[in-house]
Amino acid sequence: MIEASDLTVERGGKIILESYSLCLERARILAVLGANGVGKTTLINTLIGILKPKSGRLSIDGPVGFVPQLFEVPFAYSALDIALMGRARHLGLFGAPGRKDYEIVRHYFHLLGIEHFEPQAFNALSGGQRQLVMIAQALASECELLVLDEPCAALDYKNQDKVLALLEHLRDEHAMTIVFSTHMPQHAVEIATDALLMLSGSDYVCGPTADALSAENLSTLYDLPIARADFMGLSKHTYAPVFRHDGGSLNG
Amino acid sequence: MSSSSAKASAGRTTTGAVGRKLGSGFVLPALVCLLVAVTLYSVTIGRYDLSVADVTYILIDNVHPIVTPYWDPVQEVVVEQVRVPRILAAIIIGFGLSISGAALQGLFRNPLVDPGIIGVTSGAGFGGTLAILLGLQGYLLLTMAFLFGIGSVFLVKLLSTVRGRTSMLTLVLAGVVISAFFSAAISIAKLLADPFQKLPAITYWLMGSIASSNYLDVLLVAAAVVPSAVAIYLLRFQINILSLGEEKARALGARVVLVQWIVLVASALISAGVVATSGIIGWVGLVIPHVARALVGADHQRLLPVSGVMGAIYLLLVDDLARTVTTAEIPLGIITALIGVPVFAVILRRLHAKGGWSSD
Repeated sequence: MIEASDLTVERGGKIILESYSLCLERARILAVLGANGVGKTTLINTLIGILKPKSGRLSIDGPVGFVPQLFEVPFAYSALDIALMGRARHLGLFGAPGRKDYEIVRHYFHLLGIEHFEPQAFNALSGGQRQLVMIAQALASECELLVLDEPCAALDYKNQDKVLALLEHLRDEHAMTIVFSTHMPQHAVEIATDALLMLSGSDYVCGPTADALSAENLSTLYDLPIARADFMGLSKHTYAPVFRHDGGSLNG
Repeated sequence: MSSSSAKASAGRTTTGAVGRKLGSGFVLPALVCLLVAVTLYSVTIGRYDLSVADVTYILIDNVHPIVTPYWDPVQEVVVEQVRVPRILAAIIIGFGLSISGAALQGLFRNPLVDPGIIGVTSGAGFGGTLAILLGLQGYLLLTMAFLFGIGSVFLVKLLSTVRGRTSMLTLVLAGVVISAFFSAAISIAKLLADPFQKLPAITYWLMGSIASSNYLDVLLVAAAVVPSAVAIYLLRFQINILSLGEEKARALGARVVLVQWIVLVASALISAGVVATSGIIGWVGLVIPHVARALVGADHQRLLPVSGVMGAIYLLLVDDLARTVTTAEIPLGIITALIGVPVFAVILRRLHAKGGWSSD
């Protein structure tokens, strides 16, 4: 689905990513982890085609849908209006959504169980609800690759669970390929088949989640000891930071 | 136009629209009826007192006489040569300015934008001033106004775009800068103008008035407004998408730059047409889209036509005021500014309270 080799991306004349290569099969979920400012957003913008790579080769078979981080609009659009905009690629320059487009959007609203949002003002919805509408918008574009920028940021646990479950469902039932960025290794553990750990602009670890996601790699990634933690009584685990309480460095 | 909006309203019968109570299917026809009523009423007022029936008979008489003419030929001239062209001008100008204001606000995702704010009006004003100074009229004046109008849009866009992003705040500031520049240029032109003939012509023209409109003016402004308004309406769904922000629009597959330029050129053409025939009539494009948005929501498919018709009604009423409040005519631009500025202040306060400036 995604094949990138020796990708170099610039932003504002500065090289952000250097010789990144990655490969993702159809119907897999890639989690992208990295510290703030390492270039996660740049990578995402390259995948969705907003940024053109300076050199290297990037090929994606199939249309790409994008769900931005916590989205707000300046005007009072309804949730339906917002989701309909996902049809842009299928309508000409002068076109407007017709019966078929409404049907497609309603289909995805039904799939996500958010039919009752339709008439509501988008900005009046909660963060989690807005995230679902944006996912409906991306799906309405009939994409095969879904790219999400921190889909769980600023969501409470229950909504995080909902979004993660939805992404997994889309992969399992609809053979969707998914790329999402996150700050929580647990999100990757829960649903990702593959993980990309962006250590720096030119250094990274990429591979199946089980291999790439290790306490050692994560400790390097976050520059902080990260430990594997098993949930008592469950066959599940996560990775969590071991905070150092190193207040001394603040005074120095 | 009506068939596609009917299709949309059929598609959203169950929605009840944006948490707003009014169905769009009802708002537009109601406004059109109101426009017809206000138009007929506007023809009756003035120094010659005429009833709506008189006016209707006089106008219908041109097509097919249904009653024997009982009116004074002077009354017929007043209606047909003085009042009707002026009223048509008000309708077309109000329609054009409002539709371009609504489109620009969507395009720049900024509720404070109108053709005046982003510098088109003063640019076109300078172009027109220069044309008068050089003794040009009609289509040449329109062309000059258009060229300077589009030039100022280009400058504003250039000044406010950094690395492909146009921020809300810099856009308005760039508009202020360009407006200030062209105001200074207009002053220079006035200074150079012949104080007995050209200076008064320029000064009165710049204040904005449709008092002396004739059918040629109406034709001129219609030639500028009608194709531009059609182009903007055709792009209604693209404007929706662009109002989500340039990056999001690009990710959705919209042709961002092309749409931006079509809307900007169309708006510049509307402003130039208005300025060329009637001088600077500001603030209409700022005020009306807000009222329209409150009625039918933000979807440009409904917003654009509703804004246009509301703008036509608004400017017609303002012009009635200009004609009747005092014995001497008040230039239209003065009244629209007196109404527009407080509205701008209120929107600014509200936007500030929502933290609107922090996001771009």
